[in-house]
Amino acid sequence: MSKSHLELTNVQMAFDTKDGPFVALENVDLKIRKGEFVSLIGHSGCGKSTVLNIVAGLLQATRGGCVLDGHEVNTPGPERAVVFQNHSLMPWLTVYENVELAVQQVFRKSMSRAERKEWILHNLKLVNMDHALDKRPGEISGGMAQRVGIARALAMKPSVLLMDEPFGALDALTRAHLQDSLMKIQQDLNSTVIMITHDVDEAVLLSDRIVMMTNGPAATIGEELHIELERPRNRVTLADHPEYVRYRQAVLSFLYEKQRFPGKGEDEQDKPTAEAEAASQEDSSPDVDNEHSESPVRRIA
Amino acid sequence: MTTLSQTDSLSSGQRWLRALIEKLFGQNLAETFRQLLLPAIGIALFLGFWHLAAPQVQTSLGAFPGPADVLEQSGQLWQEHSNQRDRAAQFVTMQEERNERILAENPGAEVKIRDYPGAPTFIDQIFTSLGTVLAGFVLATIIAVPLGIIIGLNRHFSAAINPLIQIFKPVSPLAWLPLVTMVVSATYVSDDPMFEKSFLTSMITVTLCSLWPTLINTSVGVSAVNPDLLNVSKVLQLSFWTHVRKVVLPSSVPMIFTGLRVSLGIAWMVLIAAEMLAQSPGLGKFVWDEFQNGSSESLSRIMVAVLAIGFIGFLLDRIMLLIQKRVAWNE
Repeated sequence: MSKSHLELTNVQMAFDTKDGPFVALENVDLKIRKGEFVSLIGHSGCGKSTVLNIVAGLLQATRGGCVLDGHEVNTPGPERAVVFQNHSLMPWLTVYENVELAVQQVFRKSMSRAERKEWILHNLKLVNMDHALDKRPGEISGGMAQRVGIARALAMKPSVLLMDEPFGALDALTRAHLQDSLMKIQQDLNSTVIMITHDVDEAVLLSDRIVMMTNGPAATIGEELHIELERPRNRVTLADHPEYVRYRQAVLSFLYEKQRFPGKGEDEQDKPTAEAEAASQEDSSPDVDNEHSESPVRRIA
Repeated sequence: MTTLSQTDSLSSGQRWLRALIEKLFGQNLAETFRQLLLPAIGIALFLGFWHLAAPQVQTSLGAFPGPADVLEQSGQLWQEHSNQRDRAAQFVTMQEERNERILAENPGAEVKIRDYPGAPTFIDQIFTSLGTVLAGFVLATIIAVPLGIIIGLNRHFSAAINPLIQIFKPVSPLAWLPLVTMVVSATYVSDDPMFEKSFLTSMITVTLCSLWPTLINTSVGVSAVNPDLLNVSKVLQLSFWTHVRKVVLPSSVPMIFTGLRVSLGIAWMVLIAAEMLAQSPGLGKFVWDEFQNGSSESLSRIMVAVLAIGFIGFLLDRIMLLIQKRVAWNE
């Protein structure tokens, strides 16, 4: 309790299915410091999204719980802003209005109209989207929309930023670009981030710590890896940095040697997540893990 | 679909036609011309067939009217309308003159102007019908949209009310009409009625028959809001009303409008039937009166009404489409 900002204790998550309860998560313990960037990595259906949804308050753990700054998390709230995989912007609102909806709701009382406007513009500037204020999400690219999604989340001044495969649906170049932006923003704001990812490079590049999850059912935290690379990090110079390569190797070895066989019983309640993960694999870069590949080890080598 | 058939699967005849038109009028003009020409050809063929076929059909009121008879009768109906207008104007001026005379003799006398008692013309009936259908449609919308939102938001409520919707949806207006008539006469009792009873009967029948598509589409639209957007709403802790106003309603506007367009189409169809049966003023009564009248011109006059009904129905749908384009975010 002393230093941890966010704490998951002994979390179990069971879903009711036709064949009785399905235990997705078991004994998940996680402590996160303020300002720490934590990645959750693991095979499809291992319950990464479930962990994130519990922290977000969108799901209720069946045992154990989540404490943020000394308060138990039971309901969703803007202090735990979520960036969803598919930007989740309201398609009928413009870029500006989407962020405005969040700012209006969170700072209705504490900011004047002018302050709110400035704050909306500030956040859109942060993600370099202040040039398209009056565009609708359908009129901008997926990468741009995801930037706006991030701006909306940041505009809530969250104490934890939760990201569910934020760059999974983007092409490799856009993804690299957004990763760099995110790194810079996170460093400037010193925000606490939990990010779900499939991408080993993304995890190593961005994180202070990588939390690797075992395969479900009854998934739990298998290993944790502290990434002690100097910030700011540069993807080009890190590419053949011996430490970077070693971290990368460690994650790959966990995923493809220790947790080689993905869980069989994919949770039915968690379908959207499983589908989203499947979708994200289609446009993954070649070095990204692919759970459904028959011999992933060979692919990597 | 129309563009597909126009560009992809051109028969040799169409291709030849297009080439000819392009040669004659140039590219741009040819485009507009083609859009007008084909419908014009369709209509011309229909008129030709009608003209040839109509005299073959003999009824007790003479031969079925051809296009020429109908055109003549529509001119006749318009003439009757303007004559009636003139007479109504005369009637009022006559009263005004008389009132002036009375007032000149006795300044304290009470004077009033009576409405012209003449029968409503075809044009008057059109406007009566439009008024009734709009009143019924608006009432249906006021009931169906909020109810649809509640059904879409609440699974339990939806399960409870769904069988009722399924049962009442296919009921014909003719079945409702006697019940509505009796209920209206029994409950709407007033010395100085704001509305005619017949108007209320037709309007309520229209409402009962036309609210279903809007109700169903609204509830489907509301229950199909993207779950990610619902999660955003939860994370933002939007209140119930803000949630409905800012997330649910805009998200289902396209579906609601699809429902509204179907509803308005049904409302217009139902209205004509209701007016015929309820003897309430409007186009339906016009058709019925002409049918009872049984003069040699009746069939032509009914045919004018048929075309007017079709044309107005088409216009109503176009107006809804225009409103939809203004309001819906996905257009």
